[in-house]
Parts: sequence; structure tokens; C-alpha cells
Amino acid sequence: MSKVKNKKHDTFIDMTAMSDMTVLLLTFFMLTANFIPKEPVQVMTPASVSEIKIPEYDVLTILIDPTGRVFLNLDKPEDKEAVLKAIGKAYNLPNFSKEQISSFRNQTSIGVSVRQLHEFLNKPMDEQDQMLKESGGVPTDTILGPSNQLAKWIELSKQANPSLALAIKADQQTPYPMVKKVFSTLQDLKENRYSLITTLRAMPAGL
Amino acid sequence: MANLDTGGGEAKKGKPKKQTLRVDFTPMVDMNMLLITFFMFCTTLSKPQTMDIVLPTKDNAQMKDEDKTKVKESSAITVILGENDKIYCYEGQPDYENWQSVREMNYSGEGDQSLRNLLLGKNEKIVKEISKLKNDRYRKAINEEQFKEKSAEIKKDKDAPVVIIKPTDGSTYKNMVDVLDEMQICSIGRYAVVDMGEADSFLVQNYMEKGALSAQAAPKK
Repeated sequence: MSKVKNKKHDTFIDMTAMSDMTVLLLTFFMLTANFIPKEPVQVMTPASVSEIKIPEYDVLTILIDPTGRVFLNLDKPEDKEAVLKAIGKAYNLPNFSKEQISSFRNQTSIGVSVRQLHEFLNKPMDEQDQMLKESGGVPTDTILGPSNQLAKWIELSKQANPSLALAIKADQQTPYPMVKKVFSTLQDLKENRYSLITTLRAMPAGL
Repeated sequence: MANLDTGGGEAKKGKPKKQTLRVDFTPMVDMNMLLITFFMFCTTLSKPQTMDIVLPTKDNAQMKDEDKTKVKESSAITVILGENDKIYCYEGQPDYENWQSVREMNYSGEGDQSLRNLLLGKNEKIVKEISKLKNDRYRKAINEEQFKEKSAEIKKDKDAPVVIIKPTDGSTYKNMVDVLDEMQICSIGRYAVVDMGEADSFLVQNYMEKGALSAQAAPKK
């Protein structure tokens, strides 16, 4: 009599191929991706058919939220340090300590009045983000002058790095007067060339 | 693949013990998947697009009147961006007495009421040339640089319409970008963003009240 052999089947699944694939995907993502910079406000940029890409570095991004608050974003830490020192000098602020400077280098956005800068930089990172969310952004004005701090920041950033490109990132729903204020400040500074950040939209067919 | 046979070479008497050494890759895959998820959520693949814009400097003191290029009346189209995504538009000189000289347009890109069709109609010659050029580029007959050079040349055409964009305080940033976008779609080389004047506000108001204010304009003349 033959005995029915009960073969023990191994349920081992070979994961090597899967692992290969995930590593490949991971490498792809790591090489192609660029990180979304942390922004104090979320903005929905309008769409356009323009296909010009933003430069990779040396960009000063001016962020305008729907209520008209303005935030600045400088990409190079070295420039930021130089600008911070220059701003301190321009507004007669007490000297910044080493900790404050390094805190400023790490913080992606500029968005408080210069009078609050010291208080702002003394705070830990998460409280800084909170403060940015509640702040009124960089104070702007329709004319040049000490009250137009946005103009000062831009002017000094340009001095720190003359090859800086300007980009404006505003929300779709921002009322035009708010944007105009920034435009006119730039015009006053004789910065006539700048880019508007948009998302891509397909060109209508046949054109 | 992940198993390794050992003990095959050992020629011992009796039973040769075969051992398979297996490496379990499951945790590795888990970890990789987590990392991929992280990268997918925290990064963008595409860099944001930009639209370049050049605005004139404010101090017009150095600019004499002769230097300013006078816009040919017939080729000028004034586009007023109003509230609630509305566009008001007139051609040439504004006619303050005739409210019907102002037309209401929309952003849709289709139909007679759309700004795009108006501009495409006005700019027909250039649009044709540009699309021919684009075709050439598509067929690789010309390269990107030649394309840019030639399209800039075509857009310089003296007879091409000039568009004056006047955003009102009630318009949004999106309206402005949309209109600038239409300029690009319709291959319009010469356009300017200008502030609203009092006369323009009057035109819009007169249009909205269907000519009720025309009487006010008449005695001025």
C-alpha cells in the first residue's frame, strides 16, 4: 500500500525582486525630487501655458497670501546671513547673536516686522512657525520709506547677491490691489524683470 | 534567489545535511516602501512654472512724450478686468457717449464672447505665422533658438494689435494671470499692464447702467 505523502510546502515568498524594485523606485524619487519648501501659508498659484522653469538657485520668492500678507523666501543661507546683518544696520537694531543668526539661516521664511525680529529669532523653530502664521507678514507700503520694509529686504537682498532673480508667488484669489502694492514696490526699486510662479496648463489645441 | 545552498560539498558518510540559508527581505521591502511614501508626499517632481513679466519703471521724468510709442488707435484693444471675473473691452479710442462700444467678454476661451476669439481674430496673421513656426519646430526643421528668434520677429509686426490691460481693484490675481496667458496663447507681442483711470471706471459704470450716464459725458465734448 502506498502511503500518501504529506509534503510540507514551504510558504516562503521570495522578496528579492520586490526589494530590487522598491530600491530602484526609491533611487528614482531621490534623484528627481526636489523638496517642497516650508511655507507659512498655502497658496494656490494660477495656471498658465508658460513653460519657463524657475531657476534652480538664487531666487527670492515673494509669497502673497489671499489676505495680502507678504512673506519672503531666500534660498541661500549665506545671503540670508548677509541680509540679516544689513537689515540690522539699516534699522539700528541691536547686534544679532550667533544663535539668532543660525536660527535665521534655518528658518525658511521671512515674515515679521523688523521690530519683532529679535523676539522672533529667540524662539524655538515650532514657535517661530506659529508666530509666522499669526503675523501680518512683512510690512509693505505704497511708497518707499522706512515703513516699506519689503522694499528694504528686497533692496538689501539684491545688494547681497546681485544675481538674485525675483519670483512672485501669489494665491489665485488675491485681490489685485494687494499684488499691485508689491508690483509698485518693485517698480520703485527699478526691479522690472520678475517671474510670476504659475502651474502648468495645457496649451489649447490648434494654437 | 534569496536562498543559498550550503553543505553540498561536504561529502560525509551517511546523510549529507543540506541546509538552505535564506535571507528574508520582507523588512527591507517594508522599509523601502515607507521611504518611497515619504518621498512621494514631501517632494515635488516638477519645478514650478513661471511667467516672465516686465513692467516699466515708474519715473517717467526722463521719458519724453515723443519717446513713448504712440499706439495706433485702430490697433489698440483695451481690456478692463472687472469684478466677478468679468472683462470689459473696447477697441481704439473710448467712446464715452455710446455705451455699446464697450463689450463684455469672458475668460472661457470658447464662443463669441470670449476674449480669446476676439484676440485671435484681430491677430490672425501673426497667429498663423506662429503656428506655422511651431509646426516647423515640431518637425525639427528649426531648433528652439531659431524658433524664439523668429517668433520674436513675427510678434514685432507693426500692424499687430496692442493690448492694454487695466485691472480694476475688484479683480483678482488670477484674472491678471489669465489675461497675460491669453496674450501668450494669442501670440500678442505688445501688451502693457496699466492702472485704471477715471475715464475707464466711467466706461464700466456706464456700461453696467446701460448708458444712463452717457448724458453726463455728452456736455463735456
